Amino acid sequence: MTTTLVAPVNTPTTAADDGPRGGALAALVRHSVALARRSLIKTIRTPEALIDVTLQPVIFLLLFTYLFGGAITGDRHAYLQFLLPGMLAQSLAMGGIALGQNLNADIEKGVFDRFRSLPVARSAPLVGAVAADVVRYLTVCVVMLGFGTVMGFRIETGFLPAVAAVALAVGFGLCFCWISVWVGMLVRTPGAVQGTMFLLVFPLSFGSNVFVQTNTLPGWLQAFVHVNPITPLVATIRGLLIGGPVAHNLWMTLAFMAGLLVIFVPLALRGYARRA
Amino acid sequence: MTDLVVRAEGLRKRFGKTQALDGVDLAMRRGTVLGVLGPNGAGKTTAVRVLATLLRPDEGYAEVAGIDVLKQPQRVRRRIGLTGQYASVDEDLTGTQNLVLIGQLLDLTTRDARKRAAELLEWFDLSEAAGRRAKTYSGGMRRRLDLAASLVGRPEVIFLDEPTTGLDPAKREDMWGVVRTQITQGSSVLLTTQYLEEADALADEIVVIDKGRVIAHDTPDGLKRRVGGLTLRVRPADPARVPDVLRVLDLVASPGTQASPDKGAGSRPGAVSVPVTDDLSLDVVVPALRRAEIEVNDLGLHLPSLDEVFHALTSDSPKEAELV
Repeated sequence: MTTTLVAPVNTPTTAADDGPRGGALAALVRHSVALARRSLIKTIRTPEALIDVTLQPVIFLLLFTYLFGGAITGDRHAYLQFLLPGMLAQSLAMGGIALGQNLNADIEKGVFDRFRSLPVARSAPLVGAVAADVVRYLTVCVVMLGFGTVMGFRIETGFLPAVAAVALAVGFGLCFCWISVWVGMLVRTPGAVQGTMFLLVFPLSFGSNVFVQTNTLPGWLQAFVHVNPITPLVATIRGLLIGGPVAHNLWMTLAFMAGLLVIFVPLALRGYARRA
Repeated sequence: MTDLVVRAEGLRKRFGKTQALDGVDLAMRRGTVLGVLGPNGAGKTTAVRVLATLLRPDEGYAEVAGIDVLKQPQRVRRRIGLTGQYASVDEDLTGTQNLVLIGQLLDLTTRDARKRAAELLEWFDLSEAAGRRAKTYSGGMRRRLDLAASLVGRPEVIFLDEPTTGLDPAKREDMWGVVRTQITQGSSVLLTTQYLEEADALADEIVVIDKGRVIAHDTPDGLKRRVGGLTLRVRPADPARVPDVLRVLDLVASPGTQASPDKGAGSRPGAVSVPVTDDLSLDVVVPALRRAEIEVNDLGLHLPSLDEVFHALTSDSPKEAELV
């Protein structure tokens, strides 16, 4: 310790500057941005943590296209056109799992104790972490569309619909990941977050229109597919990438996204507040 | 009414079957160090977490810097700094990034946050490591960064939860220096510790907690008086010289006490000890032993251990209990 240096002075707060600068909402945005930057730095520093949004979807895409494509439709290229938009949705649902795991680990390590002892909104650490996940979801979209193109996938609509598809996919990812955040607040270990989330994401992504046409399924399964939030999302992305009507499914998807936020944001915040 | 910067009354907190806090009262005067002393699991950390707004008690009242901790936690958070038991720095961020983030969350402008970060890193001798990830820091460096993080906002009240656990003695003294400096800078410090030595070195007053209850609140001297205080212990090479050693040690005995052969638990045969008031007694005893040509194998000053403190504070007749 350099004792020769004069220590920085701690002037106790005397002014009545008790509220955050610029009001509560501005403060929430500012603090969330600062915390999102923290998450981004962590993401950049640990590229291996991006495997689930890069290598994993590519492997799935290869596997399903070449292993099952011929059996399912008899035409691999046609199947790729059908599969890729659906797999984009599946990868986004899976991409949120890591977020819950990371938050769970942060809490265990005590990093969040420091944030809690600071005058920031309770929601800022979670909002910041979710916002930073945009980068991961964009990565999924770029990797899948890029690699898909190499495999022969072609966007049949146009540039703007494709951008809309990506925006919707990322937006859905941002809403869906709050489930993972909530689970991250509830269970004890990062491993348990992953286990719990797989239990949820697998039935949702396979029990949908991602891999096969819904009308090939038995009636009870069709019933599940019709209430599954992944289904209208996939239908919309498909429409936006390879053509077809989207309006109804788009509204359904937006409604599901709003529902996810309304239910799981408060649950996650409550879980965070309770996690001592 | 004195100027109390921390005040808690009747804090209770239960975790499952454990009553972590069982009616804790605390009072800390502005500009002082309050040492909260107790064994593992006594409730020290729980008390700190309640005061630092991390945990709501089941019952009780607490105020920090004159603000109700339960009703206005955000206002309290503007005035406190917390360093937890485990260094809670972000390992993937550099030293600078860690401190700048805290500054931004405290509503400093990015420029001020950078300035404050550089200032603290320099003061904590971390300037050279400022651009390195905290992952690469040694344990002592992490502790320093963690402590620096709690000082970013120039807090009025600093909570340090076992700040020196796991540090080597030299680093421990560095940390003590930091605490003393904070007091001269106008802050007040509440620190928990398992070491009586640490509380004695730093604290103006000591609260002893055991099983979620405060069992003593006193000045270090007052506490030592109750427990038996500092002891000078000498073991002559030749056990036959014990009576001569007793005579020498009586020269420095605290008022109303006298030297006696060690009999307590853990004592070595042939050793003689005497309660003394301060370490100046060594200046008297060492020459006197030399003049009397008494060869010694062991000579030293001892603070009562935490065990002895508890023993003394929890038993009705401590003196006799010690002789068992």
